[in-house]
Amino acid sequence: MALNQYLVLSAFLFCTGVYGVLARRNGVLVLLSVELMLNAVNINLVAFAAFTKNISGQVFALFVITIAAAEVGVGLAIVLLIYRNMRSPDLDRVDQLKG
Amino acid sequence: MLSNAWLIPLLPAAGFVVILFVGKHLPRKGAEVAITTVGASFVLACIVLVQWIQRVEDHDAHGALRGFGRALLPASEGGLTAVDHSFTWWQNGAVKFAVGTHIDGLAVMMLFMVTLVSLLVHVYSTVYMEGDRRFTHYFALLNLFTASMLLLVVADNTLEVLIGWELVGFCSFALIGHWWEEKPNSDAAVKAFLTTRVGDVGLMIGIIVLFFAAGSFDIAAINAKALNGDISHTLLLVSASCLLIGIIGKSGQFPLHTWLPDAMAGPTPVSALIHAATMVVAGVYLGARLYPVFFRGFSIANGGVNAMALIGGITIVIGAVLAFVQRDIKKVLAYSTISQLGYMVMALGVGAWVAAIFHLFTHAFFKALLFLGAGSVSHSGSHHSFDMKSDMGGLRKYMPVTFVTFVIGSLALAGIFPLAGFWSKDEILVTAGTSGFTAFLVVGLVGAFLTAAYMTRCVYLTFFGEFRGHGEPHESPRTLTVPLVVLAVMSVAAGFINAEAFGVEKFRDWFEGAVSLPALQHPAFDYPKAVISVTVAVIGIGIAAYLWFQREELGPFRGFTQRNALARAGYRFLENKYYLDDLYEKVIVYGIKAPIARISYWFDQHVIDGAVNGVGRGTAKVARETYEVVDQKVVDGAVNGLAETTGETGGLLRYVQSGRVQRYALTLFAAVGVLSLALWLVY
Repeated sequence: MALNQYLVLSAFLFCTGVYGVLARRNGVLVLLSVELMLNAVNINLVAFAAFTKNISGQVFALFVITIAAAEVGVGLAIVLLIYRNMRSPDLDRVDQLKG
Repeated sequence: MLSNAWLIPLLPAAGFVVILFVGKHLPRKGAEVAITTVGASFVLACIVLVQWIQRVEDHDAHGALRGFGRALLPASEGGLTAVDHSFTWWQNGAVKFAVGTHIDGLAVMMLFMVTLVSLLVHVYSTVYMEGDRRFTHYFALLNLFTASMLLLVVADNTLEVLIGWELVGFCSFALIGHWWEEKPNSDAAVKAFLTTRVGDVGLMIGIIVLFFAAGSFDIAAINAKALNGDISHTLLLVSASCLLIGIIGKSGQFPLHTWLPDAMAGPTPVSALIHAATMVVAGVYLGARLYPVFFRGFSIANGGVNAMALIGGITIVIGAVLAFVQRDIKKVLAYSTISQLGYMVMALGVGAWVAAIFHLFTHAFFKALLFLGAGSVSHSGSHHSFDMKSDMGGLRKYMPVTFVTFVIGSLALAGIFPLAGFWSKDEILVTAGTSGFTAFLVVGLVGAFLTAAYMTRCVYLTFFGEFRGHGEPHESPRTLTVPLVVLAVMSVAAGFINAEAFGVEKFRDWFEGAVSLPALQHPAFDYPKAVISVTVAVIGIGIAAYLWFQREELGPFRGFTQRNALARAGYRFLENKYYLDDLYEKVIVYGIKAPIARISYWFDQHVIDGAVNGVGRGTAKVARETYEVVDQKVVDGAVNGLAETTGETGGLLRYVQSGRVQRYALTLFAAVGVLSLALWLVY
């Protein structure tokens, strides 16, 4: 397997995540898209670690997984609070900071 | 000491500076400094006097041995010389401006007289001016006054004389106006200053003419040249006439005498000083100092009539007549001074040089005595009033010392034998009679008659009759009476040093010595003339005494001036002082002042006001333009424009701030995309 195929997969996943973050309205789905982006990065890290025979990429991937878990915890709490306040998970309605 | 006489004026001048700066902080408010310095000057003047007399007597003794008679021979023939001490002040080309002292008989006599009278006036003032609000200031000026007069006396050149002359004028101005809070006093001071100033212009022109005529400011040189005939008669006549105008202004001669009676506004000791020792005798002194110029200029040797004698003669009579109509005791004395100064100027005019300065010498004592006596009367008798008719009378019982000394002074002034005034006045009259001036002998006799009469009136109104004032009159304290007694003794004794009847001519021997003079006549004592002059004076006293003491018996004469139109007109004419003041103020001063005032008013209205208004209007216009253009358009425009621009920018930017997180994220990613593209394109 060539490195390129991993990178293409990773780019595809990342772009899907970006699209989800920008286009989705539902806060939960936005969080999921963020996960997609994070995992795209993870694929990159692991791929390069394997390619360069350097363990530090894998270590970083592990860090990312850990932090992603924490991030999901905080993110889901925020989404839950938004839902409670707005009676909806729709992020377009959260525009109180409008100038 | 004769060559160090410069110390004598310097001491009071130093006293003036000390009093001015530290006087107020001293225990006696500066009076002690004033009296110490003037006292030291007096001691030095006495030493100078003694040494000078020694010098004259020694010289006479030597002269007699070598076959010369008196000290009067010219210096070139072994005569007595003056003591000069001078140095060059500054030099302009060949012309040297020296400053120094010239001590001859005349200067020695004046030094002694000025310092003595000034010292007595100082002592007297400590009580008379007690509690005055400008006590220190008064003593400072009194010191400067004395110093200025002494400078004038010792001066060896005409410029120094001019400096002393002007300083004396300034000091008398300041002291006459001592109580300047009251308008008449400051008016009197200004009048004294301006009137003498008219004469000063003459003095200045005279000095300048003499400088070009003689090529020097040195008095000895000028006198020598005038005597030798090195200066043409025309030039001498011009300079003598100009100097005479100076004398007229300073010594209160007709027609510039009007300032002198008004000068009574000053404190009485100042009047005594002005009238006896300092201010007014400066003119006579100048006449005696530059006598050869006058003698040759007015051709005095020819007899007849000349300007100097004429002015003096007129002054004797008009001054004496005016003394009759005064209510104010000091004004009587002031007019008496005018009249006596007339005697001195007339004496100079008729060639009686010794008699003139002898009269100056004796007059100083009895006139100072009379003024200080009047001050004593007002201080202790009449509650600071000088009005004889309403506040005095009968004071002889309450003030015996003042009364006796005042009467001695009056008799001396009237020329009664054997008091000082007799000897000096008699000498003037005798000289006038024997050197071809018979008319002035008669004028002098008329003056003697009038003098005796008005002094009798003055003494009667002050000391006899019933006391008309209020309060308790009492004798003055000792500080006031001691100077009176000293002056009374001098008034009695001073005449005997030139009592020709007894063959004593010491005054002439001592004080004529080393003065450059033309050959003068020294007539011997003339018994008939002396008897006539004393008789005339006694008749004057008798008539005045009869009119005043026997008033009740006079009947038809009482109220004469009210009933008789001619007498009333004459009285009014005298009361208005011959209308001379009106002539000066309303005709001369107004005639000059009114057109000047009109022109000044026009100039003020049109030129100055026009300029001021123009500037005002221009400023207003510029201000309006500035407001409209600079302030409103530029400054406000910039401020408002900045605010509007900011507002518009903000309005545009608020679309970016939508509050939607996803849009921010889009912007973020778009920016990352653009930057990545840019990075890629670059590399």
